Amino acid sequence: MAKAKAQAQVPGVPAFYVTEDEHAHSGGSTMLGFWLYLMSDCLVFAVLFATYGVLGRNYAAGPSGADLFDLKLVAVNTAMLLFSSITYGFAMLAMDKGRQAVMQGWLVVTGLFGLAFLGIELYEFAHLIHEGATPMRSAFLSSFFTLVGTHGLHVTFGLIWLTVLMVQVSKRGLIEANRRRLLCLSMFWHFLDVVWIGVFTFVYLMGVLK
Amino acid sequence: MREVSSLLRILRSLAVLPLFALLGGCQMVLLGPSGDVAVQQRNLLLASTGLMLLIIVPVMALTIFFAWRYRASAKASYDPDWNHSLPLEVVIWSVPLLIIIVIGAMTWMGTHLLDPYRPLDRISAGKPAVEAKAGGNGVRKEPLVIQVVALDWKWLFLYPAQGIASLNEVVAPVDQPIEFRITSSSVMNSLFIPALAGQIYAMPGMQTKLNAVINHAGEFDGFSANYSGAGFSDMRFRFRGVDDKAFGDWVQGAIRNGSTLGREEYLVLEKPSEREPVRYFRDIPSDLFSAVLNMCVDRAKMCTRDMMALDAKGGGGKEGIHIVAQLEYDKSVRRGGQPMPPRPFVTAICTPTDVYGTAGVSARVAN
Amino acid sequence: MTSYPDWWKLIFGRFTLEAIPYHEPILIATFAAVALGGLALVALVTRYKLWGYLWHEWFTSVDHKKIGIMYMILGVIMLLRGFADALMMRGQQAIAFAGNEGYLPPHHYDQIFTAHGVIMIFFVAMPFVTGLMNYVVPLQIGARDVAFPFLNNFSFWMTVSGAVLVMMSLFVGEFAKVGWLAYPPLSGAAYSPGVGMDYYLWALQIAGVGTTLSGVNLIATIVKMRAPGMEMMRMPVFTWTSLCTNVLIVATFPILAATLALLTLDRYVGTNFFTNDLGGNPMMYVNLIWIWGHPEVYILILPIFGVYSEVASTFCGKRLFGYASMVYATVVITILSYLVWLHHFFTMGSGASVNSFFGITTMIISIPTGAKIFNWLFTMYRGRIRFELPMMWLLAFMLTFVIGGMTGVMLAVPPADFVLHNSLFLIAHFHNVIIGGVVFGVFAGIAYWFPKAFGFKLDRFWGLLSFWFWVIGFYVAFMPLYVLGLMGVTRRLSRFEDPSLQIWFVIAAMGAVLIALGILCFIIQIGVSIIRREQLRDTTGDPWDGRTLEWSTSSPPPAYNFAFTPIVHDLDAWADMKKRGYRRPLGGFKPIHMPRNTGAGVIIAALATVGGFALIWYIWWLAALSFVAVIATVIIHSFNYDRDFHIPAEAVLREEDSRSQLLGRA
Repeated sequence: MAKAKAQAQVPGVPAFYVTEDEHAHSGGSTMLGFWLYLMSDCLVFAVLFATYGVLGRNYAAGPSGADLFDLKLVAVNTAMLLFSSITYGFAMLAMDKGRQAVMQGWLVVTGLFGLAFLGIELYEFAHLIHEGATPMRSAFLSSFFTLVGTHGLHVTFGLIWLTVLMVQVSKRGLIEANRRRLLCLSMFWHFLDVVWIGVFTFVYLMGVLK
Repeated sequence: MREVSSLLRILRSLAVLPLFALLGGCQMVLLGPSGDVAVQQRNLLLASTGLMLLIIVPVMALTIFFAWRYRASAKASYDPDWNHSLPLEVVIWSVPLLIIIVIGAMTWMGTHLLDPYRPLDRISAGKPAVEAKAGGNGVRKEPLVIQVVALDWKWLFLYPAQGIASLNEVVAPVDQPIEFRITSSSVMNSLFIPALAGQIYAMPGMQTKLNAVINHAGEFDGFSANYSGAGFSDMRFRFRGVDDKAFGDWVQGAIRNGSTLGREEYLVLEKPSEREPVRYFRDIPSDLFSAVLNMCVDRAKMCTRDMMALDAKGGGGKEGIHIVAQLEYDKSVRRGGQPMPPRPFVTAICTPTDVYGTAGVSARVAN
Repeated sequence: MTSYPDWWKLIFGRFTLEAIPYHEPILIATFAAVALGGLALVALVTRYKLWGYLWHEWFTSVDHKKIGIMYMILGVIMLLRGFADALMMRGQQAIAFAGNEGYLPPHHYDQIFTAHGVIMIFFVAMPFVTGLMNYVVPLQIGARDVAFPFLNNFSFWMTVSGAVLVMMSLFVGEFAKVGWLAYPPLSGAAYSPGVGMDYYLWALQIAGVGTTLSGVNLIATIVKMRAPGMEMMRMPVFTWTSLCTNVLIVATFPILAATLALLTLDRYVGTNFFTNDLGGNPMMYVNLIWIWGHPEVYILILPIFGVYSEVASTFCGKRLFGYASMVYATVVITILSYLVWLHHFFTMGSGASVNSFFGITTMIISIPTGAKIFNWLFTMYRGRIRFELPMMWLLAFMLTFVIGGMTGVMLAVPPADFVLHNSLFLIAHFHNVIIGGVVFGVFAGIAYWFPKAFGFKLDRFWGLLSFWFWVIGFYVAFMPLYVLGLMGVTRRLSRFEDPSLQIWFVIAAMGAVLIALGILCFIIQIGVSIIRREQLRDTTGDPWDGRTLEWSTSSPPPAYNFAFTPIVHDLDAWADMKKRGYRRPLGGFKPIHMPRNTGAGVIIAALATVGGFALIWYIWWLAALSFVAVIATVIIHSFNYDRDFHIPAEAVLREEDSRSQLLGRA
């Protein structure tokens, strides 16, 4: 307010429009927009965590996490995802230096780690369902499968996105638009990593502890 | 406390004036209820209305006055840059704040005093529920326990002490504290007798409570206040407040003329139906309500109480995976719908080790 | 029901010919009307060769102004549908007494009240509010478009997709019979096995995607794209309330999405989140849905508070009283709206302490809301009030809304709520705040910004007629419901026993007819205004002597909004510019960078509609196919890097010159 008044006292008419602007269209907003999207996605996970928190002990006279979880397998799985985050980080460093081939290489490694993560998760799910511990068996299993499965679904979409981006980079190179997209995927990928740490702690570790 | 209540009384009379002027003649049960709990709820309603009117009325008057006074054609004083006034800001924030502090305090006290779970303190104004005795320690009048089951779409009232039950009618002696224990067989309903007391949800597998008392003899409407499906509109019952003798007669009548209501009969009664006439039952198993509450009237089902006890100990382990049939409760045939396709994983009722025991006599209505 | 062969089930899922309600005369008549009207429209569009125009200039447009207008049109169309439902309910309740069953059996009546609630909130109020924000916010902050123009187009079409699914349920199958928030276990597979609930779930899920993304879009726009000099505390109040609303949207619609997804899993997969079986907990749903549901109310009302603020300062010809406290009040309401959800179910049996906590937080919201009312009141003080239509709506709002506020506080007192919960008193209360607040405000906003969007004012006579029908109709329709609520009448009943209630229902039905006349007059008003557009023409771009930046450009604004980005020096930037001798630039234009139109949004939303329909009817192959097609379209769209273009400087010059001529004439 005070500042506005100060300007008003300047003699003559102040400038009321920018003549030389042409500020770039959406570039600056993309990161913010994507961040906002991630926060909304985070709320989806928050609901699923809350649901798991409420229903996670309703075994319906069936098996509990301690009966079902194979912690070693999940630890391996966690390592896969964490490594994929690190390799994505390396890819971003390569991008900053403009080394496209190196970046693509790291992205391939990231994708492979992601695939391994998904494979192990699917194996775990198949094993549980085979034993009869299906999502229908109890509220605990419903919320377990939904929480972990939603995360897995995100990883799947992340992998599709990663593949598409690699094709786009190979066709167009590290142009501004592709860099922006790679940064968005980077945020997405690390976000999934953070969510998984929550899943690992809250669902698996505490589930086995009882 | 005394000051508060006298303040409330003044506010109440303030609030009642315009309302009465508006509504002379029509029967507003919420403003003239017959049960003490509903009367206290009404008082709170009117007091908060009165307090709100303290600010609403001036605002409305000022709105009209300013709109008229500062209309363009009036050429009243015009001050286009006037847009801030600290004293005025303080007033417009603090006056509502003060009113909300008062209503908030009333709310805090009222909510605790009128908590439906809380045993009654008084039968009516000036008549405490605890009868003073010579020795000093008073004796609380034992409440009449009525267990309520919301069925599709009718109400079952069980009187455990009297060993009777009634459908779509509930009777209680005047000035006798009542404790309703409420559950539902399938979906959410809400037990509401406007003349007696506020409502509370009836939910399957859960029990809610409502303490209330009726102060005047008469017949009152009761119904479900939460939509529960096709037969909802006719899910009505009568609540009758009677004197002690009439209540005794009514109980005796039910014992003489009622039909029996065991688990099998209950499972038949539970099926959806509409506009059921008033009926009475006797020979009620003492554990019927608890079986309804635990969703195990059908003896083939495991009671949720047992299920929860197992869960608290960490579940039933992998052996428990295949006992699903004992635990499934929701079935569309309960509502007369099409049978659902069986779920693929339903297998045996008993596990090899038979940890859960086999079903006893069962009327397996569901599926 | 005849049984269908397996190949039929493979191709058509659970769709059968019996699902077409050809035995229900009301629906057949409706269908005939809709089909004939639709055919006539298609014929007209074809006759005048408008398909290309519609597709290139509107459907695929990424221009926030056109998208805003399309949102408003969607809102009006769905208002007609939702209001038809209201009329049917009022008609049924007015006659169904003393053994008279009325003309709607529960099967039909229960769908109608569910559809009425769902449509009015999701497909009338939300499009209206989103439309206003879309149209006005970029103009108010001096931007040329929103941050993500394609996303904006996509969001709109996803909302349309949800609306289409709801409308389809009229003629193919049925709609849900569960009430607008679909509490389980009633809405679960066991108690609502039909397709109605699935229409509900997929329609809301698809529309919700659009709403969430549009929230992200507008936040990014407001935060990143304000004209230079427009600090946060110089933003117009409507922009402020839009910002808060979109924060609420982004922070709550994901909760709705997740909650509905869990219910969908219960119904489709057989999980046990909200069932009575196997450890499920229906109370969890009620909590989650209201954690979304209560902020949703503020999502609707906050931007409308902004509309009223703009209207108040413009038509009182002075600065808004207490701008800062208005902003703080908005922010406080935004935060508090998360702390009150439990007041929708005090009667669930939470303890007294929990109930009183939520009761008191609810009352606290009335303090900032009250402050806002006082701010408008003192904006009038020493103003020079012009009683144009928007100002009339503002006055009607102020007088009506305070009554709704009062009854709201009554409902917030838990012991009082025990007797009023789910009663017609509650119905009267929330219609009091939604009609008296949101709807009046939408009409104020339409009357206020219509000349900006189309270059001519709305006809005053029909506007006044519509205004009086609406306002009087509202009181006639809803005051009886307050009375009925106090007589202990609960909601969603289709038949009554007590004949003494009937007179009140008859009065309420007459009120509904008055409101119907109000809607009719509104539509006539639009038509008459188009015919009389030359008399109503505004060439200045500033017909009301406005105060914010949208009035500094022409009406309708050029595609690029502002030839040069304005610089803001004060609150009420345009009033400041006018006062200090602003001169419109007449030359030196540069090419303007703008986003290019794209059909991807329409295509993806159409595929989503097909996918939703397939999922509702268990047509799995089609669901899978459309899902893959959606992914493929997104990927193909992402390979298109050529998304913007430049409007050449000469074109800008031509546009600005023609405006100069108009201004010269004025």
